[in-house]
Amino acid sequence: MTSTISPRGVQDLTAQACDLLGVAQPSNRAIGAWLHGLPGVDQVGCESRAAALATRSVKSASKAWAIDTAIRMIDLTTLEGADTPGTVRSLCAKALVPDPRDPATPRPAAVCVYGDMVHVAREALADRRIHVAAVVTAFPSGRAGLAVKLADTREALAAGADEIDMVIDRGAFLAGDYMTVFDQIAQVKAACRRDDGPDARLKVILETGELVTYDNVRRASHLAMLAGGDFVKTSTGKIQPAATLPVTLVMLESVRDWRDLTGVQVGVKPAGGIRTSKDAIKYLVLVSEVAGEDWLSPEWFRFGASSLLNDLLLQRQKLTTGAYSGPDYVTLN
Amino acid sequence: MPKFDYAPAPESRSVVSIQPSYGLFVDGTFSRPRALFPTVDPADETILAEVSQAGPKDVDKAVAAARRAFDGAWGSMPGAERGRYLFRIARILQERAREFAVLETLDSGKPVKETRDVDIPLAAAHFFYHAGWADKLEYAGLAPTGAALLRPYGVVGQVIPWNFPLLMLAWKVAPALATGNTVVLKPAETTPLTALLFAEVCQQADLPAGVVNILTGDGRTGQAIVEHPGVDKIAFTGSTEVGRAIARSIAGTAKRATLELGGKAANIIFDDAPIDQAVEGIVSGIFFNQGQVCCAGSRLLVQESVHHEVVARLQRRLATLRVGDPMDKNTDLGPINSRAQLDRITTLVEAGIAEGATAWAPECTFPGTGFWFPPTLLTGVSQTHRVATEEIFGPVLSVLTFRTPAEAVAKANNTAYGLSAGVWTEKGSRILWMADQLRAGVVWANTFNRFDPASPFGGYKESGYGREGGRHGLEAYLRGAAG
Repeated sequence: MTSTISPRGVQDLTAQACDLLGVAQPSNRAIGAWLHGLPGVDQVGCESRAAALATRSVKSASKAWAIDTAIRMIDLTTLEGADTPGTVRSLCAKALVPDPRDPATPRPAAVCVYGDMVHVAREALADRRIHVAAVVTAFPSGRAGLAVKLADTREALAAGADEIDMVIDRGAFLAGDYMTVFDQIAQVKAACRRDDGPDARLKVILETGELVTYDNVRRASHLAMLAGGDFVKTSTGKIQPAATLPVTLVMLESVRDWRDLTGVQVGVKPAGGIRTSKDAIKYLVLVSEVAGEDWLSPEWFRFGASSLLNDLLLQRQKLTTGAYSGPDYVTLN
Repeated sequence: MPKFDYAPAPESRSVVSIQPSYGLFVDGTFSRPRALFPTVDPADETILAEVSQAGPKDVDKAVAAARRAFDGAWGSMPGAERGRYLFRIARILQERAREFAVLETLDSGKPVKETRDVDIPLAAAHFFYHAGWADKLEYAGLAPTGAALLRPYGVVGQVIPWNFPLLMLAWKVAPALATGNTVVLKPAETTPLTALLFAEVCQQADLPAGVVNILTGDGRTGQAIVEHPGVDKIAFTGSTEVGRAIARSIAGTAKRATLELGGKAANIIFDDAPIDQAVEGIVSGIFFNQGQVCCAGSRLLVQESVHHEVVARLQRRLATLRVGDPMDKNTDLGPINSRAQLDRITTLVEAGIAEGATAWAPECTFPGTGFWFPPTLLTGVSQTHRVATEEIFGPVLSVLTFRTPAEAVAKANNTAYGLSAGVWTEKGSRILWMADQLRAGVVWANTFNRFDPASPFGGYKESGYGREGGRHGLEAYLRGAAG
């Protein structure tokens, strides 16, 4: 299944949400009643399920497949105040040629940068098969007015971003002001519309480290999907804890249930703290056994990461050559 | 062909060395093997080894050795000293955990994932826990303050089942030794190998001769132990039928008994349950160890309003269960322990279908040899069906429905057994109310099949009497203990 919500304005997204909620007008009460009616998440059970899946043993051919798939799912990311055009160009070069010693190495899905670096990345990548993702909406805190957030989004799109990673207003969510969160997502989604090509895909960062409970993660995931998000993403990487297996498990259950409910498939992106191949493979096991194999592609699952790529490359070299090399045999980003 | 299929990840068999034949472990040494019978790998029916059938004379010798040890060094040993032996055994179990896990999997068919992560670590935990009690028994609150110290019974006869061979040994041996008794133990006929390896551990730990004696054999050996006049106390885990026979045979004697018998536990899912975790709980409740668990959640009681959703989610989940070679680290479900048990499961499921239940199982391919049964859901089951009342002891879940909490309690309690129950709801007050109403020894709330040495375990009604584990479990091994 590959359908996504077709590009529409905020009114269309609102009408669709009302239809699903069975109300004439969206309101905090209507959305809240729906979100709080979702089945709860038992913390102990959720964590033990994630831990159990993490014990899967992935060897030989399946490991090789997993490593290549994980590389193709990476949003290679740099989100530092100290980013310069030089560091961004270097990151893009790495994305284009991850391993100069093996041209058969797959490329990551995207490069993820701040909005003002989008044009540098776009120019450096030239090859449009690698997406440029921009973090917007007053990333990472999201503490700005809607006008600023929309301007942020439009600027990134104008500079050539074709994927948008927005943050939700966690404060509004925690205060029960679901309409504000819904409206901001829907507005950004509408801004992602392009007349001159495919729409930019919208990843909605929930910042699960600030939502704290798994119940909140499930509710925020559903809210993001209700408002038209194409992806739900765990974290900015600026708050600890960032991505964890149980949080990703809850999000995978949410997108699976959402497709059962609406027929619409939504992607998942854990981001922050995933550094080793072993970790990445655990996430792929989760995707495969919880959401199902329809999600096992870069179109529906991504890793927000930077150092992960080099670890995957080292493991890949090990599988092809039979010997471990070392950090000096992979290039810096 | 799935996109992400795990390549075979077999655990190595090289960590265990199985002898072609084994004798009996009596008075600290192994006897010469004789009167041999085979023990097979249930995954492929190959013979792993041959073990000795202990006869009445062997039981005499073992009981005499246990008596000598009790009257001698062991009986007069201070608790702290006994504790040191138990700590030593616990540490050796941990050190040799991989060896035990592999051997347990080969002999019983349990997936190595379970023996590695559950059976062996829990067995070691039981020894650690009871080692701590050995010198603190006077503080267990089992006798009035100032009263004389409680005394052990003496020689304890223990007969254990095949579903958790080493773990049930640990449940029995650890508290018996911590309280100062000596032991004559018979492992199950089909799973004797880890008990014999445990005998080696006793030697390695320099446990005084005769404190632990291990006799292999079939039901006749068990009967000889139970009826032996030199045995002061019986501890048995197994079927209700055999438990009854034991109770009859010791009636009128001075022998005491603890019996841990069958179960037909209700796993109760309310409409406000955390649904994804409840599905996991249902799966671990009935498919853990292929459902060959006395406290298995074999009756699913699901509130009518969520019945279809729960069954649909359960079916989707069952399709991801990996059934096959128990030595593969990714296997979730292995073979059934024996041909006899497989036949019993098959017969009961056929009876269930004949009585009107609908059977569903995900697609599974099995090798030509071995004792295999797919994870099976039976829907449309009524309280009167055999599959709702009789213990199946296999990977078969009977699904029933209820409408109100009171109806759930009535249906859950409507069984001859009373070992365990599970309650799934987000409402804390309902959990407490249900736990109060359910007549079961263990009630799990929003979880299932969780065990801890500190938590007592045991049944109501035909599930037996006496408790194992925790402070309560010590009572069973001390004369005159009064809770």
